[in-house]
Amino acid sequence: MRQRPADRELAEKSLRYRRSVLKWIKHAGAGHTGGSLSCVDILNVLYNRILNVAPDTFGDPMRDRYVQSKGHSVEALFVVLADQGFYPEAELETLCRYQSHFVGHPTRKVPGVEQNTGALGHGLSVAVGMALAAKLDGAPYRVFTLLGDGELAEGSNWEAAMSGAHYNLDNLTAIVDCNTLQITGRTHEVMNNEPLDEKFAAFGWAVRRVDGHDFTALTEALEKPLEPGKPSVVIAMTRKGRGVSFMEDVGKWHHGVPDDVEYAKAITEIDEQLSAFGEEVPA
Amino acid sequence: MSAPAPPMHSAAAREIAEALGLTLGRANLEIFAETLLELARANGNILAVTSDSRGSGKLGPFGKELPRQIVEVGIAEQNLVGIAAGLASAGKKVFAVSPACFLTARSLEQVKNDVAYSDQPVCLVGISAGVSYGALGSTHHSIHDFAVLRAINNLAVVAPADNHEAAAAVRHAARAQTPLYLRFGKSALYDLPGRGAPFVHGAARVLRDGADLAFIATGETVIHSLLAAEYLARTEGLQCRVLSVPFVKPLDEGAVLAAARECGAVVTAEEHMVHGGLGEACAALVLRAGVSCRFRTAAFPDEYTVTGSQADIFRHYGLTMEGLAQTALTLAQSSAARTA
Ligand SMILES: Cc1ncc(C[n+]2csc(CCOP(=O)(O)OP(=O)(O)O)c2C)c(N)n1
Ligand SMILES: [Mg+2]
Repeated sequence: MRQRPADRELAEKSLRYRRSVLKWIKHAGAGHTGGSLSCVDILNVLYNRILNVAPDTFGDPMRDRYVQSKGHSVEALFVVLADQGFYPEAELETLCRYQSHFVGHPTRKVPGVEQNTGALGHGLSVAVGMALAAKLDGAPYRVFTLLGDGELAEGSNWEAAMSGAHYNLDNLTAIVDCNTLQITGRTHEVMNNEPLDEKFAAFGWAVRRVDGHDFTALTEALEKPLEPGKPSVVIAMTRKGRGVSFMEDVGKWHHGVPDDVEYAKAITEIDEQLSAFGEEVPA
Repeated sequence: MSAPAPPMHSAAAREIAEALGLTLGRANLEIFAETLLELARANGNILAVTSDSRGSGKLGPFGKELPRQIVEVGIAEQNLVGIAAGLASAGKKVFAVSPACFLTARSLEQVKNDVAYSDQPVCLVGISAGVSYGALGSTHHSIHDFAVLRAINNLAVVAPADNHEAAAAVRHAARAQTPLYLRFGKSALYDLPGRGAPFVHGAARVLRDGADLAFIATGETVIHSLLAAEYLARTEGLQCRVLSVPFVKPLDEGAVLAAARECGAVVTAEEHMVHGGLGEACAALVLRAGVSCRFRTAAFPDEYTVTGSQADIFRHYGLTMEGLAQTALTLAQSSAARTA
């Protein structure tokens, strides 16, 4: 078991991640701001407390697997992978630029990425396959995937949910970044998928709903399967645009890129919180 | 801090466009949305069906003004096409609107069976088509759509080249009794010559006449072909014909064969993978007809698509004026060498 960073350390990391997410989206002039900010705390807990994934052991067949089904929140993933040491963060200078290997969605050309995603409704099936392989091989690794709440309208998720339970994949955990927004508006108004708990339970999954910005709650929900013999789903209640006052829970920031004034304001907000940690703020 | 994407047209290309009197229009996607709204105002039987795509499809105003004529299915493109087929079977005039990449890959079986095979006259609208989504990567590109849809019976495949063709295609689709696929990009396009020309099912348009070489192009590559033809006229004295082919299927066989016969050299251009698109359709036609002609296909090669904006990708693969002119010149010179 590796050393677990304390909540305070994670809190500071999340601020830095959010700062970087904004920085690279601003730099690229494009990106999925809202959904990246909503899943930062989830990725933070996964990569810093849960997954046994690291650059030097990424080739190890026994590593845990993380598939980001909501691929559009790629900036959060790229920033966290950089922090994990998969590549220098400065490489994100080329994000979305001509000939870069950093496309605007996860691809396996980027070290640390398990699966190319970006078309919604694929990750859960792929994760089922990975978890099934672990069972077939008697391997101990776990498989995680992150889904959007809007994404759950794709029928393929429910096909995958059925198979995950059918094969008793308790090594599989799906996390729903349940920020209650998609592009057009509130998910329950666009295409209602609640009650999600009962739906997943009816499909044979162990379900827990947590505050998706609470490190302790997330850790408890993710550190082991919720129930032996069943796949787990953690419905993480989050806020889209989390961490920037004027972006929080505001739909237009789904793929909104801040203008110079908005960017300065957002960074100032984050830096004020960072300075409470008594650390020097990066340039 | 962020560098703007390079413009689609070089300074030289813009100069030629200006000399030709071409003016910059708008994105076909916007024209689609406006035309559909106008038609739907007058005809309550018209429905737009969307999959969390009304923003990308510029249908926000449509949704506000005609909320009873827009059906939202959520992020579920297969469901989108199935529902569209069902609505059409009950006599609704349905426009199923979703990013071309998802509409023509994920929903392919619904397109094949529920729409085309069942002959439900749905209009499938592929938005942000081709490589419009640029740096979002291959998940978001539709450079396979001509190939897969051409291989389905009873489905017209239409890629308008400018705002005039776009508006005409939407009106045409509203009247059509059979299934169609319309493909729209999201960058502003020059208005091509010959506005007001009739838009006929399956017909190509000759934008520029010539007999040294023919550009046969579709969608957003047509303008680059026209500029390349003009560039070659100025620099090389070559007279190139330019065909705009909005209907990748049914193909205007007469126009394509005439171009091949009369020019003896053909360069096709399309915002699509080299396999199965306009180029291969023309090549097969020409070969079948026993017409002998020199032939090049300007399209994306069968490789991992380079990262970049639509403009970067066009330039990288030789689909802008300069690239097309180079391809044409090489072909014309090799034809000349052959006949000499
Ligand atoms: C198959 C597919 N359909 C549509 C899209 C376009 N799209 C990208 S993000 C998004 C909304 C996602 O909403 P949600 O899953 O709730 O994610 P989040 O709120 O976390 O951004 C849509 C429709 C896509 N990427 N893939
Ligand atoms: Mg959401």
